[in-house]
Amino acid sequence: MTTLRDLPPDLLRLATAGSVDDGKSTLVGRLLYDTKSVLADTLDAVHRASVDKGLSTPDLSLLVDGLRSEREQGITIDVAYRYFATPKRSFVLADTPGHVQYTRNTVTGASTAQLAVLLVDARKGVLEQTRRHAAVLALLGVPQLVLAVNKIDLVDYDEGIFEVIAKEFTDHATALGYPIGSVLSIPVSALVGDNVVDRSAHTPWYTGPTLLEHLENVPVEPDPHHVPFRFPVQYVIRTNTAEHTDYRGYAGLVAAGTVTKGDEIVVLPAGLRTTVARIDTHDGELDEAEAGRSVTLILADEIDITRGDLIAAAVDAPAVTDEFDATLAWLSEKALKPGARVLVKHGASTVQAIVADLHARFDEQKLSTVATPGALQLNEIGQVTIRTAEPLPVDDYSVNRRTGAFLVIDAADGSTLAAGLVGAGLSALETDRSTTDGDAVVSPGP
Amino acid sequence: MNKLDALDRLESEAIHIFREVAGEFDRPVILFSGGKDSTVLLHLAVKAFWPAPVPFPLLHVDTGHNLDEVIEFRDRTVERYGLRLVVASVQDFIDDGRLEERPDGTRNPLQTVPLLDSITSNKFDAVFGGGRRDEERARAKERIFSLRNSFGQWEPRRQRPELWNLYNGRHRAGEHVRVFPLSNWTELDVWRYIQRENIDLPSIYYAHRREVFQRDGMWLTAGPWFGPNADETVQELTIRYRTVGDGSCTGAIQSDAADIEAVIAEVSASRLTERGATRADDRLSEAAMEDRKREGYF
Repeated sequence: MTTLRDLPPDLLRLATAGSVDDGKSTLVGRLLYDTKSVLADTLDAVHRASVDKGLSTPDLSLLVDGLRSEREQGITIDVAYRYFATPKRSFVLADTPGHVQYTRNTVTGASTAQLAVLLVDARKGVLEQTRRHAAVLALLGVPQLVLAVNKIDLVDYDEGIFEVIAKEFTDHATALGYPIGSVLSIPVSALVGDNVVDRSAHTPWYTGPTLLEHLENVPVEPDPHHVPFRFPVQYVIRTNTAEHTDYRGYAGLVAAGTVTKGDEIVVLPAGLRTTVARIDTHDGELDEAEAGRSVTLILADEIDITRGDLIAAAVDAPAVTDEFDATLAWLSEKALKPGARVLVKHGASTVQAIVADLHARFDEQKLSTVATPGALQLNEIGQVTIRTAEPLPVDDYSVNRRTGAFLVIDAADGSTLAAGLVGAGLSALETDRSTTDGDAVVSPGP
Repeated sequence: MNKLDALDRLESEAIHIFREVAGEFDRPVILFSGGKDSTVLLHLAVKAFWPAPVPFPLLHVDTGHNLDEVIEFRDRTVERYGLRLVVASVQDFIDDGRLEERPDGTRNPLQTVPLLDSITSNKFDAVFGGGRRDEERARAKERIFSLRNSFGQWEPRRQRPELWNLYNGRHRAGEHVRVFPLSNWTELDVWRYIQRENIDLPSIYYAHRREVFQRDGMWLTAGPWFGPNADETVQELTIRYRTVGDGSCTGAIQSDAADIEAVIAEVSASRLTERGATRADDRLSEAAMEDRKREGYF
């Protein structure tokens, strides 16, 4: 009989976010250090550098500060990826810096994350930036949030302080749409190691899991399963050999749902229907393939299919449209003006498009929206209407993170201008401050 | 339904990346040294396009300082899959004066020029490498699609944000994109995958007897290019290699791990990173890798 120990580990992708000086690098360093993911030569270098800096204990943040220019300036420039593993799970951690271009970095880290760890300093509590980060994580649809209330040692492990912060944050997350059970607050000290990997003797009042225990056990659905089947065709595999006569297979990664041999499917945007004759892999045929798996589909009828087409469940196919609403997180120093001509990359398809209208901009200070802002600057989030030269099969991002996502690309220089989310996701970020701020802030009336 | 485990997910991600490049680029090439990472890379490429052949040639930047077993393995593998191999030879560049041998005899830093020259002359627009983000701190910020300018240089501040699994491979004429399908793999993932897929590797990865000498705390193979110097003594030891690179600066480790199970047990228990243990070129300075990447290295 198979026991839990014998099961191969699964993979959890997570992102970290936090403000300046809340100890995020130290927390990530602590996770790596206490899971013994740091090997002796790396550790030696950190010990040497710490001694050079006149420190008595190793500065674990040095484990994750990558580029020389960052070490010189003592800052983190860009998203860095870290890897650690326990017998239960392997972890891919996107470490996103808080202060420089935080939207760009948080959006990047959050786009693939199944869980995000937000940090706050126990002495400062929930800051404006914490709320903004949580809003961006909600927009990007990160399903699970952890609030690490760091530096708990510096408030004498005070339960009352922790509870106030935890409640304030949970209320805010709930207002953003997070259901109960998808948000957990943990009192930690990354510096000392309390409740990161090892349970702290200083917080007997805290009965929940340590951060690592939670990361190991939190139920996560890495890919959307309970949604209709979606399969962007990346490549047509053709060959003609004695073994494979006139082979013609459609290669791709199951973006959502599950496909079973014999399923009726529709090829979009053309709208032609057929059935799945075979699901091929190099390791043999499969009876079904779930989201996250790269396979090759053989269809019952000969249909003209090329890269960029979408194969979808015939019973529940996405809308095919050349005009749709979307939220854009603007990542370029070139501002967006309405009417801009761009490229949209959706699935395996890249088409010309116009950003026809800019309806609203997200005001991060007030967590509300500003109507018809005229332009969208670097790191701003806005609500737009997009018109495409060719119709695209799109889902709403809030339903499907894979087929509801797209890139906005500069046709001239090829740079990525924005992260795009199909639908009216921005409206969900408008949380009513009077309910989330408690009695801390009283807004002036009209 | 069989649930996808961590290795299944990494494999599917890598296959997805290969197919994106095949769909969007005109002239991709796979860097292939015969080392374990590039061998895993090739194995994944075979799986991505099966039953059709891999639609890319291979490129080996040959320092001329190779162990015979590796070159033999390289040629055998190329023949087995029926692929085309392009060799960019550091020796040719030294012979005709375009490169100069370094005083220490190490040729790893000399690979950049032949690599870039080959990319330009063959008009390669996407170059697959076996680099992993867990290898070293400067690599932790590397993108899966890494844009290089026409000098092959990597500019950390010019890298594009990489969102979801939507890769932006657009580039201007003369620029190319380095693509790293193994970005999210760790050394242990690579070895577990080699075991699971029963992937053939050069014999030097497993414990064997070899005449070696010690330099900078590493065991180097005694050979026509590598030494030993007069003050270094040759011994026969049981060793294995953890990485394959230029013979003058890639060290072996003392090990009895003669098969894949033993290697996995050893890597799991290792207290040294693979580069720290065996690559003198990375020890040169704290920022050694960052500097070489900026110059256009792998």
